[in-house]
Amino acid sequence: MLLLINQIMLKIHQLHKSYPIGGSSLHVLKGIDLNVEEGEMVAIMGSSGSGKSTLLNIIGMLDEADSGEYILDGLPIKNLTEKKAAVYRNKFLGFIFQSFNLINYKNALENVALPLYYQGMKRKERQEKAMFYLGKVGLTDWAKHLPKELSGGQKQRVAIARALAANPKLLLADEPTGALDSATSHEIMAFIQQLNDEGKTILMVTHEEEIANMCKRIVRLKDGVILEDKKVNQIRAEEYV
Amino acid sequence: MFDIDLWREIFQSINMNRTRSLLSGFTVAFAILLFTILFGIANGLQNTFAEAFIDDANNAIFINSGKTTKAHKGNQIGRQIQFKNEDFDYIKKEFDEKVEFITARIYKNFQASYKGEQNVYDVRAVHPDHQFLEKTKIKEGRYINQNDLNNRTKVAVIGRLVEDDLFLKTKALGKYINLGGIQFKVVGVFTDDGGDNEERKIYIPVTTAQYLYGNNDYLDQINLTYNPELNYDQALAFSTLITKKLKNRFSVARSDQRAIRVRNMAEGSKAVSQMTVGLTFIILVIGFGTLIAGIVGISNIMIFIVKERTKEIGIRKALGASPKSIVSIILLESIIITAIAGYVGLLIGVGVLELIGPSLKEYFIKDPGVGNGLVIGATLTLIIAGAIAGYIPAKKASEIKPIIALRND
Repeated sequence: MLLLINQIMLKIHQLHKSYPIGGSSLHVLKGIDLNVEEGEMVAIMGSSGSGKSTLLNIIGMLDEADSGEYILDGLPIKNLTEKKAAVYRNKFLGFIFQSFNLINYKNALENVALPLYYQGMKRKERQEKAMFYLGKVGLTDWAKHLPKELSGGQKQRVAIARALAANPKLLLADEPTGALDSATSHEIMAFIQQLNDEGKTILMVTHEEEIANMCKRIVRLKDGVILEDKKVNQIRAEEYV
Repeated sequence: MFDIDLWREIFQSINMNRTRSLLSGFTVAFAILLFTILFGIANGLQNTFAEAFIDDANNAIFINSGKTTKAHKGNQIGRQIQFKNEDFDYIKKEFDEKVEFITARIYKNFQASYKGEQNVYDVRAVHPDHQFLEKTKIKEGRYINQNDLNNRTKVAVIGRLVEDDLFLKTKALGKYINLGGIQFKVVGVFTDDGGDNEERKIYIPVTTAQYLYGNNDYLDQINLTYNPELNYDQALAFSTLITKKLKNRFSVARSDQRAIRVRNMAEGSKAVSQMTVGLTFIILVIGFGTLIAGIVGISNIMIFIVKERTKEIGIRKALGASPKSIVSIILLESIIITAIAGYVGLLIGVGVLELIGPSLKEYFIKDPGVGNGLVIGATLTLIIAGAIAGYIPAKKASEIKPIIALRND
């Protein structure tokens, strides 16, 4: 067996987070330790209230931890100004959401090009690039369509193209198949697996056992602590299609 | 600052949310519309007042004589005071420093005729300075001059409407008009902003009138304008001084209000200008009130818009939008909507004024309208207003936490 020493993509050490609720506070994350290497595909599982979404938000720099260490690709993420966080999000992270979160008055192409716009890329260049990624998710013919003219699966593919457009180091997916039927879910998962095969590091929050098993590693959270962290044999989504 | 992509983003957002943009624009357009119309009407009222007092120079003093109402220095009550040429010369000499123009008037009323046409007109025998006192505008020919006075020439300067009445479609200049049986040569035709009545008058030299009609040196009235550099108080003091000196000259009691009457236009013009200032102030208050209501309105709508766009703003932030770019997109959208809508309101307002302007004349509103300065000022105010209206919502938008915005609903 060949031992591959991969570069560490994500390093989290003793992460704590609590939210004030009324007079008291709710301790959501109680010391999380997590390392993710480049090229991994990790599912974070847990029932609602386990802290899995909070963890993903902190990793996504949409929220900040109270204490602990978070290093992304060698870069410590701490005390970010809003501006800096925006730049980091744009450069390092790609988001895929359960409800797609496309801008409803922009067509598929414009939605995909938006992160490139915030990178300051020229219009022509960003349209070419957006078109390339739309092609990658198989939606070249739908470039000029508004989100409301697309099916759920197509919307999620546009969202994936958008997440890929800025060529991020890490893809974060929050229940990416939560709003899709099972056939479409498998189609999307097959696509995400393919991205992982190409070398993208993927972190996914899900509560579906079946979807989690399509990843390479499952981290189970309960009441703010990691209950279990194990590698699994990836089930290829194509088998279901 | 000029970022074509930013503008593209804004216009797309405005264009794709037409109802929303129209609604917010409507408030502003309506406010500006009201503001413009109010302002225009105020201007119209001012024009009416200005016109009512434009007939005569507003630094004029009119001196009339009458019968005494009090016995004084051995003179009986009811004595008629009659101005003569010597009184005219006295005033001219005595107050030379302060007098700008001075003229006497003799009022006559003659049957005037030319060929078959005839009519009765007011005829005023005057000095050359009368032209400036009455603001008479010579249309053709000339006014009465000193030479006419010296030679007692039989010349007349007639109003535009006299020419229309008597000479029909022909030119009056150089022709002879019959005034009470004596032929006068028409040497000038004039117009006057004071209205039709003023253009139905005939002017002849004062000396000619004295010679032809009575052969005396009587004058009915002496009019003068004082040096325009005198301020209001100095002007009043001046007319008081004239009154005092004339009363002495004619041995009239100081308390006699009838024998010597001096009317100073400054009193009237001050009242008018104060009224105008008051009116302008009221209109400005109302206008700015409307404008502020408009700004508050658009600010409210912008707050609503930001709430509605919370999710979109969250998405943008997750994709790497900086707080600054969020502020600028909301702020500029607000400014553009305000500016465009305001301009539309302004145009409609100006259009309405143009349209209804003529029919408002009977309500004492003449030529209502707004000046270029106001248009530019209003446009600038609009842009600033848009910025104010948009700032708070924009700031609020930039503070939206993407995590809250993106919560699954």
